[in-house]
Amino acid sequence: MIEIRGVTKRFGSFTAVDNLSLSVRAGEFLTLLGPSGCGKTTLLRLLAGFEMPDEGVILLDGQDVSHLPPYRRSVNQVFQSYALFPHLSVRDNVGFGLRMQNVPAPEAAARVAEALEMVSLREQADRLPHQLSGGQRQRVALARAIVCRPKVLLLDEPLSALDAKLRHNMQLELKHLQRRLGLTFVFVTHDQEEALTMSDRIAIIHRGRIEQLGAAGEIYHRPRTPFAADFIGQANLLQVAVVGRNGTTARVRVGGGLELTVASAELPAGARTALVSIRPEKICISKQRLDTENLFEATIEEEIFQGATDQLRLVTTQGTRLHALVANESAMQEAFHEGDRVYCGLHLDDLVIVQAE
Amino acid sequence: MPASLSRPSIPSGLKLLNWFLSGWTALVFIFLYVPILVLVVYSFNSSRLNIVWESFTFDWYARLLNDGPLIRAAKNSLVIATVTTVLSVILGTGGAWLLHRYRYRAARGIQTLVAIPMVMPEILMGISLLILFATAGMNLGFTTVIIGHVTFCFPFVLVAVQARLQGLDPALEEAALDLGATPLQAFWRVIVPCLQPAIVAGALMAFTLSMDELIVTFFTRSAAATTLPIQVYGLARVGLNPMLNALSAIFIVATVAFVLFSDYLQKLGRR
Repeated sequence: MIEIRGVTKRFGSFTAVDNLSLSVRAGEFLTLLGPSGCGKTTLLRLLAGFEMPDEGVILLDGQDVSHLPPYRRSVNQVFQSYALFPHLSVRDNVGFGLRMQNVPAPEAAARVAEALEMVSLREQADRLPHQLSGGQRQRVALARAIVCRPKVLLLDEPLSALDAKLRHNMQLELKHLQRRLGLTFVFVTHDQEEALTMSDRIAIIHRGRIEQLGAAGEIYHRPRTPFAADFIGQANLLQVAVVGRNGTTARVRVGGGLELTVASAELPAGARTALVSIRPEKICISKQRLDTENLFEATIEEEIFQGATDQLRLVTTQGTRLHALVANESAMQEAFHEGDRVYCGLHLDDLVIVQAE
Repeated sequence: MPASLSRPSIPSGLKLLNWFLSGWTALVFIFLYVPILVLVVYSFNSSRLNIVWESFTFDWYARLLNDGPLIRAAKNSLVIATVTTVLSVILGTGGAWLLHRYRYRAARGIQTLVAIPMVMPEILMGISLLILFATAGMNLGFTTVIIGHVTFCFPFVLVAVQARLQGLDPALEEAALDLGATPLQAFWRVIVPCLQPAIVAGALMAFTLSMDELIVTFFTRSAAATTLPIQVYGLARVGLNPMLNALSAIFIVATVAFVLFSDYLQKLGRR
């Protein structure tokens, strides 16, 4: 649907998007995820036509749109501030795009009504934007973009102004809408949880480049760079030395002497050191010995209550610090407290090599 | 209004000060409005003198309406003020938008140059314009008066519109473009309606400034393009006349009506 080929955008001496290539498939929900200033918003603005690339091309449905102005592209955007026209009613806001495209009035009216129905705002059609709640404004912005039947819908952090509960509902609603309409969504956010909840695929953007591109689960479970591991969810990043290989596995040693077994497939031949990422919830904690490749003892240094989960700060007997996440125990299960000595187990696949030299 | 509720009242221990301040306020209003009131009252006085009350009459209003040169001057003033306002709104709004929306190397310089006519002594403006028109070989008349008025009126529109633009979400224009509007359509259908209060305020300012301008007009007019202030000035030099009181009374009523009407329009727009 969209092909981005080697696109670079500079602002003065700052390179916002750096030789970036990406293809967006028809009907998918793709999220551009990254910290502020990483270039994700610039990339979206390049797709919308608010910025023109310095190098590279953008193809929309096979057509080169790199230098077409926004009003000549069949993409529409939902803005972070919603940017509803304050002097127009909800109905006229939604109908604005159709009017600009000279859609005949009866057809336009029908499509506006349909769009308002879809976001359940029929009752509010004659209100002005300032008479609506934040969530309703968000829906108007969505309806206004969707009614134009864009090839791709661009969403620039559209949920960031909503409170947590409403945001969560809107996440699911957006996702369902996208599935129902079969539209292609390109969604920009800095919220990793939002990205994981909604996306078919996630592109992690860092310093104007794609750090990793993949399905939400793949990005979470198999981060390929230290940045990706650290930015999505939480991660224990351990610097290790490779001490031996044995067929499909390899032995690595952490600074203090803790030795772990990893799958050697991910470790390039000849690599001497590596960076290993361990998700805190994948560390299996027990007071009994566990039957697993990686087993070591640790002391619980600190227990932090987080509602549904407990965060545990562990120190292994070799002095390596790790943090782990355990479900907040039911009375039926073992309870862990500060000062407890526990066994920690790790499955081979839960040790992810994110860097090797 | 919640804002007025939160305003502190004067502490009760300061009653004397309170009385003094009330008296002072009353004095200020008397100073401002008693002359106007007297002026209106004496427009109905049958005596020619502005000091003695004789009896009630509409005579001066009737004479006013039959005074050919004065009526002609009033018409001239209305035409000049209207054209000046329209041109000032176009120049001021367009200029403010261009300065706001696009980067110019000399933006700051342009800004200063635009603001200067607002503070420049009118006598200098008048003389320099006269020299300019003479050099350019232009005949003095309506055109030259209007050019003169627009020169110092449009910056007021520009400044008012600029202030409004500062607070405008830049995504509004982008949203319009994104929905298929060309830059011109986006400006006309989205930006202008959002700027409407500022445009109305600027237009009112331009209209009033043009309506009572004397000095610049004096230098740039021809006999045919005599405006009301010039005509009145001429009459007042010969001697005060209750006809001028009547004229002023009409102006005061018109001004108040004008202000109330524009207020009403603004409220309508906000709804």
